[in-house]
Amino acid sequence: MIPRIFIPGDSGALALGADKVAAAIQAELAERGVEAKIVRNGSRGAYFLEPMVEVACDNGRIAYGPISPSDVKSLFDSGFLSGGHHKRWLGDPDKIPFLAQQTRLTFARCGLTDPLSIDSYKKHGGLRGLQNAIAMEPAEIVAQVTESGLRGRGGAGFPTGIKWKTVLDTQAPRKYIVCNADEGDSGTFSDRMIMEGDPFVLIEGMTIAGIATGASKGFIYIRSEYPHAVAAMSRAVEIARRAGVLGVNVLGSAHAFDMEVRVGAGAYVCGEETSLLDSLEGKRGQVRAKPPLPAHKGLFGRPTVINNVISLASVPIVLDRGAAFYKDFGMGRSRGTIPIQIAGNVKRPGLYETAFGLTLGEIVDGIGGGTASGRPVRAVQVGGPLGAYFPRALFDTPFDYEAFAAKDGLIGHAGIVVFDDTVDMLKQARFAMEFCAIESCGKCTPCRVGSVRGTETLDKLARGIDPDRQVALVTDLCNTMKFGSLCALGGFTPYPVMSALKHFPEDFRPAPVAAAAE
Amino acid sequence: MSVQPASTEVASRTMAVVEEMKHLEGPLLPILHGIQHEFGYVPREALPVIASELNLTRAEVYGVVSFYHDYRSKPAGRHVLKLCQAESCQSMGSDAVAARFKQLLGIDFHETTADGAVTLEPVYCLGLCACSPSAMLDGEVIGRIDAGKVDEIVAGVRA
Repeated sequence: MIPRIFIPGDSGALALGADKVAAAIQAELAERGVEAKIVRNGSRGAYFLEPMVEVACDNGRIAYGPISPSDVKSLFDSGFLSGGHHKRWLGDPDKIPFLAQQTRLTFARCGLTDPLSIDSYKKHGGLRGLQNAIAMEPAEIVAQVTESGLRGRGGAGFPTGIKWKTVLDTQAPRKYIVCNADEGDSGTFSDRMIMEGDPFVLIEGMTIAGIATGASKGFIYIRSEYPHAVAAMSRAVEIARRAGVLGVNVLGSAHAFDMEVRVGAGAYVCGEETSLLDSLEGKRGQVRAKPPLPAHKGLFGRPTVINNVISLASVPIVLDRGAAFYKDFGMGRSRGTIPIQIAGNVKRPGLYETAFGLTLGEIVDGIGGGTASGRPVRAVQVGGPLGAYFPRALFDTPFDYEAFAAKDGLIGHAGIVVFDDTVDMLKQARFAMEFCAIESCGKCTPCRVGSVRGTETLDKLARGIDPDRQVALVTDLCNTMKFGSLCALGGFTPYPVMSALKHFPEDFRPAPVAAAAE
Repeated sequence: MSVQPASTEVASRTMAVVEEMKHLEGPLLPILHGIQHEFGYVPREALPVIASELNLTRAEVYGVVSFYHDYRSKPAGRHVLKLCQAESCQSMGSDAVAARFKQLLGIDFHETTADGAVTLEPVYCLGLCACSPSAMLDGEVIGRIDAGKVDEIVAGVRA
């Protein structure tokens, strides 16, 4: 067989030089007159091994990584096209511990296949969920999704099936499926990975949502900071149209469904569902007051399902294997799997899909391997810029929506950012306020004004001006923002601020006071 | 240096973009992206044309343009360098990386070097958090930026 060489085209791998590696391999193939097929796959998510090159040959699939262009000559000399040994040899990728211990349901194909080959998608189990859905009544599909226990993976954790049922039960001449791909939280990249590495699974999930709720049009709203994801999704939509997955007769059925890719314009707040809808309508991305719920009056005033990328991309496996199969994973009311993204100052950063329930310590120390700098882990921020900072003392918290809420935190989009002991938590708290000020849509006062006053107050604290008073002011301000803001931007900014203040009080004391306390 | 086009030319080129996208549901953002792609920024003279074609007020269109960080009111430098300043990159020293860029280029964020070579902008997350600190140079992604890579990038944009 002609060997196939897999070189990720994922932007995380590109940022580490995957294109240069691909060019070097191409050049070496030409120079040696050897025949091989290069496939640009997605990333498997083990970014500490990227660019990870894999060869599919008679000896199976063998991985090498991390590969730099200067390794390429020696790779050929070692006979890597038939899996030969090399200092970067990793062996069967499925046996690499970081990958072997995962439960890949949503990310089953990501990194394995050519993201833009629909044949490869089908060969690896794609479209089975959609085929099953076509044979079902809409209410049955919704029941399956509800029964699976799938909850919104964007952060809010609202049951997906219940959202769908509301849209199904609302009569209207036109309904919409909107995919929220405005993944702006630092430390998260699962949406990006799935859009670049397995875009058809998202298309399949949205199409199932359309059939289940009676919507015939979908929009994927992707942030402009993700040009590679925009390109991959746009091409995938065209391919899906040509293959009859999208169009007036979805897979030859009587159901019509089509979708458009739309690009955001750099506003973080558009990740909030109602401001995203306003943005899609061509307005300023300002938050809407609820009610009405988007499920009743959403895009252009029509009933709208708005779900996160990972929620929608998890639907095909539910419809393929059944609700019970999916529900079997997880703990408590957090069912199924969650793609945890381990980022920041960590030895083994990457995406790790697993059932809910691992403890934070198992994730950070065990899977992540501690810090990249080799210094002690001091704090981890879970759930993006609006998530709480956790100290080591809370590392026994299991990864579960309710367990995190009980510790005044949130899972959010399941991103974890690790900080070593050089972190200044006052600076991090200030950044949370500053970020809120930069990104506030301006509609409600607690967020618009509170974030600016919060930044100023923390600046005074940093200069040692009347510290007790500043701490009391920030605490009071956070209370107002938490309960008075219209959406999660102003409402959740208190999480990083107050958690930093609560768990790392020593950083909120100007130097002379701290010295006296020691 | 990019030369700013005359207002009549802006109007006709704007019309061409609007015509192409007017039929979309919620066409304003796609049109503005198209305008920025066409001119490299969103010229003020384009706004009344868009407003009239979409049956909006000029204030409404201006309100949308000014809301979003992406839309520029004047042309950028020949290169645009976006540095991620969000938490994951902070944990890996993005502050020091930004300081070095600012020092070597002699500009702050949201500024363009005097020779028009490069515009420096902060960005809050490129989704490259597993290879922080990260940046994007003219759409190309760069990860694990250290002092050496900063120098290399600066030499590249100055060439």
